[in-house]
Amino acid sequence: MSVYFPQKYLPYLLLLPQLLVTAVFFLWPAGQAVEQAFYQEDAFGLSREFVGLDNFIELFTSPEYFASLLTTMVFSFSVAFLGLAVALWLAVMADRVIRGAMVYQTLLIWPYAVAPALAGVLWWILFDPSMGPVALALDAIGLDWNHFVNGDQAMILVVISATWKQISYNFLFFLAGLQAIPRSLLEAAAIDGAGPSKRFWGIVFPLLSPTTFFLLVVNLVYAFFDTFGVIDATTQGGPGQSTTTMVYKVFNDGFVGLDLGSSAAQSVVLMVIVALMTVIQFRYIERKVQY
Amino acid sequence: MRKLALVSMVAGLAASGSALSATQIEWWHAMGGANGEKVDEIAAAFNASQDAYQVKPVFKGNYTETMTSAIAAFRAKQQPAIVQVFEVGTASMMAAEGAVYPVYKLMADTKQPFNQEDYLSAVTGYYTDKDGNMLSMPFNSSTPVLYYNKELFAKAGVTAPKTWQEVETVSQKLLDSGVKCGFTTSWQSWVQLENFSARHNLPFASQANGFAGMDTELKFNGPAQVAHIEKMSEWQQNGIFSYGGRRSDSASKFYSQECAMHMESSAGYAGVKRNAQFDFGVSELPYDSNVIKTPQNTIIGGASLWVLQGKSQAEYQGVASFLSFLSRADVQADWHQFSGYLPITTAAYELTKQQGFYDANPGTDVAVKQMTSVAPTENSKGLRLGNAVQIRDIINEELEAVWSGKKTAQVALDAAVERGNVQLRKFEKANQ
Repeated sequence: MSVYFPQKYLPYLLLLPQLLVTAVFFLWPAGQAVEQAFYQEDAFGLSREFVGLDNFIELFTSPEYFASLLTTMVFSFSVAFLGLAVALWLAVMADRVIRGAMVYQTLLIWPYAVAPALAGVLWWILFDPSMGPVALALDAIGLDWNHFVNGDQAMILVVISATWKQISYNFLFFLAGLQAIPRSLLEAAAIDGAGPSKRFWGIVFPLLSPTTFFLLVVNLVYAFFDTFGVIDATTQGGPGQSTTTMVYKVFNDGFVGLDLGSSAAQSVVLMVIVALMTVIQFRYIERKVQY
Repeated sequence: MRKLALVSMVAGLAASGSALSATQIEWWHAMGGANGEKVDEIAAAFNASQDAYQVKPVFKGNYTETMTSAIAAFRAKQQPAIVQVFEVGTASMMAAEGAVYPVYKLMADTKQPFNQEDYLSAVTGYYTDKDGNMLSMPFNSSTPVLYYNKELFAKAGVTAPKTWQEVETVSQKLLDSGVKCGFTTSWQSWVQLENFSARHNLPFASQANGFAGMDTELKFNGPAQVAHIEKMSEWQQNGIFSYGGRRSDSASKFYSQECAMHMESSAGYAGVKRNAQFDFGVSELPYDSNVIKTPQNTIIGGASLWVLQGKSQAEYQGVASFLSFLSRADVQADWHQFSGYLPITTAAYELTKQQGFYDANPGTDVAVKQMTSVAPTENSKGLRLGNAVQIRDIINEELEAVWSGKKTAQVALDAAVERGNVQLRKFEKANQ
């Protein structure tokens, strides 16, 4: 059966506002970034020189840029995985609570209201090697915490700071997803003798897969693009380059260093990577999702 | 849009009333907190002193945000008349010849009395062109000094070290007396390389540290600097030195009495006074007595005021008279005593001394003395390097590799020079 609209232009008219917003706030700036990537320009825009692919060549011949690519991968996948795992665990726990459920659920959502940079500062204070309570506690059990010198510890710190507030967001979606799972299925499984772990992996987890998939995409995009505030507030990309992610480099080279050409070239590379990742996710991972 | 502008203009006019006839001068700055209130106070005092001009200070966030928004505003032709720019932005501002109005020229064009001799050359030197003309007006300048914990020092029976050799022996005694670490440093690139080079009269970069031309190359991988960083790396291992972060994060090690000494900006005085729960002293930045007998002056950090192009003649008259007002001895002395930044004129320094401020607040004059004891040389005048922010980041990265034992000082400094030179060439190309 085919349905068609007698009005030929109405659908386009209805789409127009959304298309306009996309064009003005996404396509136009993205186009500007692409254009800028082929130029080298002084900060005030007084002189501008077309340099062809120079900005890109410079990026891809620099070992530091590949190091930041690797850092970004480690950082983003850690944030996405940790954020999803912890949120799912909390959601499963909160879903079981019967008395005072609202209180738990509300409290778990609170961190989402904290701005990323502020979250960074909070964790930075907690982990300050000479004053932070967490760092002092770690010292007391014999673990020498100094993220100013130790790159792995710095990475752990930024992953925790970036994940912490994202957990609330993920939690909200997982909780809604859990509540939509029909009780009858779980009861039937229980009657057939499936234990809690079997019920979770056999029924709950597959039925949650659309939510999990959506959150995976959102979290990866968040980790790739939205986290420079956290990094700037905690480690400024150091020590060495251990926490310089690609988006932090874009921010730092462009807005702090005022090297617009290189910054634009880096954001073009970042755009391509995220586009590729999204395609991969939708083509391969989505097949495993059961709607 | 135009209607809205009209409405807001009418509303603004109705609100301002008395200021109607005065020429408005916008001043974008990066001074938050108590210093920001002081800036408002200074502008209000200027506005009250005459009725032809009205200076309007606008807080634009931190240094980076202020500079970025001024540049964005310039590109959109909405720039303020005056903008405060931090020292690492100096080369970018200087290179933007069509965008800035050099202060010496402004003063001459508006026939404002202006004598460069009145200013402390160690401060203004950073902001002059190669012929010695002042391009911007220094506003808040500071220089690194050594803060030390008098109580821990008394316990260990030591006095403030003058040389790096003494830093080692003093620290060793402090460690023996039970202190966890000898010293820490903030802003490692500024204090341990830029100022270390200046203090020992060694070039940080060729072409007179970049003052003589954009075709400059970094030179801080010389034997003295390498030896210094190598020594610090050894100290990081044995506890004499403890690294505490890229900016001023290291201060917490000093406040918590983990480290007995801290190398930090002279403008950090107020912060130390507020946070240190112990008696502290201020002393000059140490020097290596094997390298130099009489140390050179140190170089400054902080920010200066740049005048931007594209305003009316009347506004520039106002800007010039405001800059004269800012340089007045009483205004400068008040700002210096309140904020801990250096006075920019000799008269302001003399006035502060006369008022007995240094006697009442021992240590506040150390920075001034350190800056003015000798005439600045081409190596201690300052730095004029393009992409300075990126170069500092590179230095931070390489030094951190030394502190964690991944690289030797020589390898790290060679790498920093090589990577930094790439940034310099890029800047040169973009600003031809």
